[in-house]
Amino acid sequence: MPPRSEGPEELPITADDDVVRVRQLVRTYAQQTKLSLVDQTKLVTAASELARNTLIYGGGGFARVEEVSDGRRAGVRASFHDEGPGIPDLTLALADGWSSGSGLGLGLSGAKRLVDQFDLDTEVGRGTVVTVTKWKR
Amino acid sequence: MERVPILKIGGLLLVSIQIDLQDQSVLALQEDLAEKISATGAHGVIIDISAVEIVDSFIGRMFATIAGISRLFDADTVVVGMRPAVAITLVELGLTLGGVRTALDLERGMKILGQLGRGRDS
Amino acid sequence: MTVDAGRAQNLTDLMRDSAEPLIDEWVGVVAALLRGRSTKTELEADFREFFAALLPVVGSDGKDIGGPEFTDLRAFLEEYSRSRVRAGFTPTETASSVFSLKRVVFDLTESSDDPQMFRQLMAFSGLLDALGLLTFESFARVREEIIREQSEQLLELTTPVVKVWEGVLAVPLVGTLDSARTQVVMEKLLEALVETGSEHAIIDITGVFAVDTQVAQHLLKTVVAARLMGAECIVSGIRPQIAQTIVALGIEFGDIVTKASLADALRHALRREGVDVVRSEIA
Repeated sequence: MPPRSEGPEELPITADDDVVRVRQLVRTYAQQTKLSLVDQTKLVTAASELARNTLIYGGGGFARVEEVSDGRRAGVRASFHDEGPGIPDLTLALADGWSSGSGLGLGLSGAKRLVDQFDLDTEVGRGTVVTVTKWKR
Repeated sequence: MERVPILKIGGLLLVSIQIDLQDQSVLALQEDLAEKISATGAHGVIIDISAVEIVDSFIGRMFATIAGISRLFDADTVVVGMRPAVAITLVELGLTLGGVRTALDLERGMKILGQLGRGRDS
Repeated sequence: MTVDAGRAQNLTDLMRDSAEPLIDEWVGVVAALLRGRSTKTELEADFREFFAALLPVVGSDGKDIGGPEFTDLRAFLEEYSRSRVRAGFTPTETASSVFSLKRVVFDLTESSDDPQMFRQLMAFSGLLDALGLLTFESFARVREEIIREQSEQLLELTTPVVKVWEGVLAVPLVGTLDSARTQVVMEKLLEALVETGSEHAIIDITGVFAVDTQVAQHLLKTVVAARLMGAECIVSGIRPQIAQTIVALGIEFGDIVTKASLADALRHALRREGVDVVRSEIA
């Protein structure tokens, strides 16, 4: 078991293997918050999709992971920041099967289904921030 | 970047994924496997993912791609050992493996390939 | 237990100076209230800790109870409520422990006619009200937690995954299914497939009286997930009303194997396993 992380932690996403590192960091937080194995897997998978988006569509950026609480439950929150081109048509980007790159088009919509909370903040020409949260059941 | 080793057992190729796959490793594996099937004339490919903790859309797509490549060389592909949490996540993600055959474990995977192989010979 | 009027009064100092008699009195009042269900020694230990955490924030009117200076106090009350719930006390009894301190402190300052002191007491009263309510809330929350834990344990007990044949598992589902329950059972089933190396699973819903869209979706997803793992699920015992619901909701069961009864499902699974069941002629 890796050492317990205190507070939020950030990792750059500038290369292919950073995606793996982000997955591992999210896994560490998910285990520490004692999410169920299935929920851990869902969150890590969502993080993997989003980190890849940040790298490929956002031209790189960083991920931020933290333990959160809403007073009743604990959870893990991960956000993915880039200063890329932004997403012009959100409805389209969130639709299944739509992709501007070479993916299957499951990245955003798939990640959204895997988490409890999904927030997308994007501005054309400025960049995109996607924040996801998974609460302990 | 780490490469995934490919083992040859009789007429089968065994790929046992033991590392946290990065996208480059996935692409390299697809290339290596195409080379190896063509070089060995293997009739079956088994991908053992019992040690794999997550399968996202990129890795998921690899299975279908490998199956597609194998088919071109007249070989069958079986994915074995998918963990329950991974399976549940893939379903939620909305990913299907595009008709790739699956089996609970290595032994059953080999049995399936054996049956398929026989079917082709007769 | 009163204090000379006239001396410059600060409630915090006053309470600190009279800590021993205050706690003593407070323990007495609460012990009488609980009629011996908690010993004075136990109460004293708890109240000392409470008192120590409370002193630094005397002077607050309790409106900022969410703030960082209340962290210790909130943690204490949370823990106190938790132990009270487990010990079977009522919410009133638990919150009264907090409210009782009010009377004890009022008694202490009875003879003071300093308006400054009056204002401090009003604030203190507000603070204890807020803390008492917090205790109520913690109490309710802990009780909810316990109920949830128990229903999970009950679920574990009532939904066994049984091996009916080599390579064939069955889960008889009974009662009302909600989405959270279905999810838990389904995860357990998939785990069991791996552990026992079974390629067939029968989900029998003869004992289920209603299915909503979400539950039906979970069933479907489980079947698809099992298939990804290399196993096959058969759904058996769909009641006519449920069949109607499924059709009315427009849920596609697609190519999922469904059988009228558990027996039919078992026969199907055995055939797939290569087992032939024949009635032997009794000589």
